[in-house]
Amino acid sequence: MASADSDGGAEAGIPTAVKILVAGGFGAGKTTMVGSVSEITPLNTEEVMTEASMGVDDLGGVEDKTTTTVALDFGRITIGKRVVLYLFGTPGQGRFWFMWDELADGALGSVVLADTRRLETCFPAVDFFERRNIPFVVAVNRFDGECPYTEQEVREAIDIGAEVPVIMADARDRGSGKCVLVALVEHVMRRRSPAMSP
Amino acid sequence: MKHSRDQQPAAGSEGARIRRDPRARDTVATQGLRRRQERPPADGAASGGSNGSVPPDSDTGPLVRPYTMTGGRTRSSGTGLDMISIVMAAREGADWDSLKPEQAAILRLCRRPISVAEISAQLDVPMTVVRVLLGDLIAEGDVIARDPMPAADLPEMNVLQAVLDGIRRL
Repeated sequence: MASADSDGGAEAGIPTAVKILVAGGFGAGKTTMVGSVSEITPLNTEEVMTEASMGVDDLGGVEDKTTTTVALDFGRITIGKRVVLYLFGTPGQGRFWFMWDELADGALGSVVLADTRRLETCFPAVDFFERRNIPFVVAVNRFDGECPYTEQEVREAIDIGAEVPVIMADARDRGSGKCVLVALVEHVMRRRSPAMSP
Repeated sequence: MKHSRDQQPAAGSEGARIRRDPRARDTVATQGLRRRQERPPADGAASGGSNGSVPPDSDTGPLVRPYTMTGGRTRSSGTGLDMISIVMAAREGADWDSLKPEQAAILRLCRRPISVAEISAQLDVPMTVVRVLLGDLIAEGDVIARDPMPAADLPEMNVLQAVLDGIRRL
């Protein structure tokens, strides 16, 4: 591996990366939120998925390979010399589930952005993170400054446990985005701390 | 435990028993707060308004097929680079003349620590391709990489605390 013994080798001078996902349905404000807290303008990258993902190592001689391009938006927060945090918006379309697995691999946790006008668009994300036991918080994006529902109504509609934080948020607002991320990391820490375990 | 719902993905009777109470939920449901068990069966739920739209680039494709740069390879040999693996140039004396233009461009970006995803975004080259090209550079000793911290190792509370403090400082 490239850096299996990273503590002793030349890699020691390279920061290590952690990532947080920002999930939710199409148009829930994922990229907006990534942009509001990122220290850089959100970057857009592409992952070209081919049958390579399913085990083909060489495209030689294959003229008509089907590829799917999945666009990913991400931002960066430099935590310090040793740690860099990346925020990845998950692809909103359900047909890109395969990409979620790669994104979720090693993720600290996830923000699930909920749009109460179309709450059901966040359900697949909630299912995904629950199933993989990945910590998440739900941020209710108040598009018009108001959320017509209480936190409890949202919590019941999404059907999540009492331990999952639900936060009213404004994806456009940096301070609000910060609060959401803080809530997520604190939630992760509570889950990790043996003393806090049920 | 609440995860019992996950064993009933079909939103069948179990889900109904736990949650669905039409009288109590009606006001909320009719106003748009659809409950999780009531989602449409197809995965179109997540695609919102995009149902009818064909991906715009499905016919045209990129001008240069991405894997032309990699000689048709879709995987690099031996390096399991993550999208947030951080890479950096390993030495001053790289043999620039022998590098392909794309590799030279990557190596230039690697003068500072940078993630695979950022290289991909800045060069507008898909990550899969960046990984292969980086794999070559790593094999040549031009670039070193640091894998992201595995989530399983994160109980290192000091890392989480550092992340928390870093976010608060924003």
